[in-house]
Amino acid sequence: MSIWEYANPKKFMTTTAPVLPWVFAIAIAATVIGLVWGFFFTPEAENFGSTVKIIYLHVPSALMAINAWLMMLVASLIWLVRRHHVSALAAKAAAPVGIAMTLIALITGAIWGQPTWGTWWVWDPRLTSFLILFLFYLGYVALWSAIEDPDTAADLTSVLCMVGSVFALLSRYAVNFWNQGLHQGASLSMDKAENVSNVYYIPLLISMGGFVLLFIALVILRTRTEIRLRRIGALQARARRS
Amino acid sequence: MELRVTDLKCLRGGIPVLDGVSFAVPAGQALILRGPNGIGKTTLLRTLAGLQPAEAGEIAYPAEEGAYASHEDGIKAALSVRENLAFWASVYGRAMDESVLRAFDLVDLAERPAATLSSGQKRRLGLARLGVIGRKVLFLDEPTISLDRFSVRLFADFLRDQHLAKGGIAVIATHIDLGLEAPELDLQPFRAAPEATGGSHEAFL
Amino acid sequence: MIALLMRDLRLAVRAGGGFGLGLAFFLIVVVLVPFGVGPNSDLLGKIAPGILWVAALLAALLSLDRIFALDYEDGSLALLATSPLPMEGAALSKAVAHWLTTGLPLTLAAPALGALLNLPGPAYSFLFVSLIIGTPALSVIGTFGAALTIGIRRGGLLLSLLVLPLYVPTLIFGAEVVRRGAEGLATATPLIMLAGITAGAIALLPFAAAVALRINLR
Repeated sequence: MSIWEYANPKKFMTTTAPVLPWVFAIAIAATVIGLVWGFFFTPEAENFGSTVKIIYLHVPSALMAINAWLMMLVASLIWLVRRHHVSALAAKAAAPVGIAMTLIALITGAIWGQPTWGTWWVWDPRLTSFLILFLFYLGYVALWSAIEDPDTAADLTSVLCMVGSVFALLSRYAVNFWNQGLHQGASLSMDKAENVSNVYYIPLLISMGGFVLLFIALVILRTRTEIRLRRIGALQARARRS
Repeated sequence: MELRVTDLKCLRGGIPVLDGVSFAVPAGQALILRGPNGIGKTTLLRTLAGLQPAEAGEIAYPAEEGAYASHEDGIKAALSVRENLAFWASVYGRAMDESVLRAFDLVDLAERPAATLSSGQKRRLGLARLGVIGRKVLFLDEPTISLDRFSVRLFADFLRDQHLAKGGIAVIATHIDLGLEAPELDLQPFRAAPEATGGSHEAFL
Repeated sequence: MIALLMRDLRLAVRAGGGFGLGLAFFLIVVVLVPFGVGPNSDLLGKIAPGILWVAALLAALLSLDRIFALDYEDGSLALLATSPLPMEGAALSKAVAHWLTTGLPLTLAAPALGALLNLPGPAYSFLFVSLIIGTPALSVIGTFGAALTIGIRRGGLLLSLLVLPLYVPTLIFGAEVVRRGAEGLATATPLIMLAGITAGAIALLPFAAAVALRINLR
């Protein structure tokens, strides 16, 4: 049996139905454990005070903001090459989740930045890149919603996703060049394992795992919704013909 | 040279509309498509011309000989009649054939901007395009809309004497009698059954 | 390709407006900026490189939705798609026509507008060079965006939403060249990056635009 069988909408529906509640349960448990542990049961860091604990929200959401786009890129490629509807719909389903993750990363970044840098927003390369990523997400979602024919929409958004990925990478480089580390943002980031002791790292890992699972659960849920919507459309079209 | 279509299935809006369409047109002959509105004449012609993919079946004709024309004939209002035709001639890598102007009674209008033409004159200009591109296999979607009887005869004469007589092929969707001696193909029997498979909806049913 | 390019240029000249509107928009944006930020010459000179680039970019954006819209409506695009001209060639020639009717005039007008904003003396040549290298990328990227949105009614706003994020790298490197030029710093790196983006966009995006056009014509 090939993995592509799961790309059949019916197979996808029957396979994910029993799995989805478990993924949700584990995702929520891991996220709650990671966040509670991180917020309330880690020692105060000497230099930063309690504000630094926002990393338990900031880092996982930033991670997923990028990974959601990568997932959309892979799903778009699969759609363009193999024409599996589930793949296109999964890409469509992932975009709003990616937007939410990007927004969380941006907002927590701003909240963290306020006490650290004394301002809500700095045009730090990293923050700016996320802002640009946010704009890419908006365009992608807007294109999906503007086109009526589902296959045309899937095709065009896939092309946009591929071209957009190249330009998003270019933007990342351009932004780095444009504002060459005017402040020490990178060393504050705790996603480099060597900077952080295990006391902080383990709850962060749990929280990141929770966000990954949460993303997967939400995408499966939304993909199932999209499949049902397409099924309604297909049934209506068939009813019109007979 | 001939146009041969075998077991063709065409989609419109992701739904099969025509199924099992088969016919052959030898060089020098035209085929008139008949059928009620919505049967899929336009869909079939666009599929034959390669504008949209066929869901199933085969279409065989020399690929570099096909050309498509609908009533949206791509005339630029700011260009003169001659400029419009010369543009399409050069897109097809050909010199502008002046006799086409005569064949479509456009000689007196040649230097007029297309914006000042009546809709019937514009249609004649749109059809004259077929004379300058030098393609042998024409797919024509309602070519005679808004033409008067005289212009219809001009067009039919062009098709018969300039195109078919020189070994061309034409598939024409039309509701009027062009006065060509051409077989007709009624598309009604090829209407896709409601349960026909194929199309983007199929996977979700 | 040449035939299509010549036809588009001829149409642009006959229809008028084409050149004029983009340029007038460029002028108005540049004139509005001092009203917004105040008449302080030092401040204006400092922000002039960025303002000029942003204004040129917006002026180029303005005419993007006309690249394919008219040809789509009157059926020319479907006829072109069945002609011997490959869609990639059609997309490229459309982009070239757009550049010749907007990017090039903007580039030529930019130094004059630089004077209005008190652009520092050494920056003028960099402004011209960066625009002449960078604006082709704006046209090609815009052509791709226009190809994506031809099938959409009132797609103009969506087109801007899709294209503006794609313009970010070009804008950053383009304005950086002028800014560094104004301050007498080395401009080689951003210039090379700008040229690289333009070359890459010209080489690859016509293919993406052709794919989008074929999908939209289906």
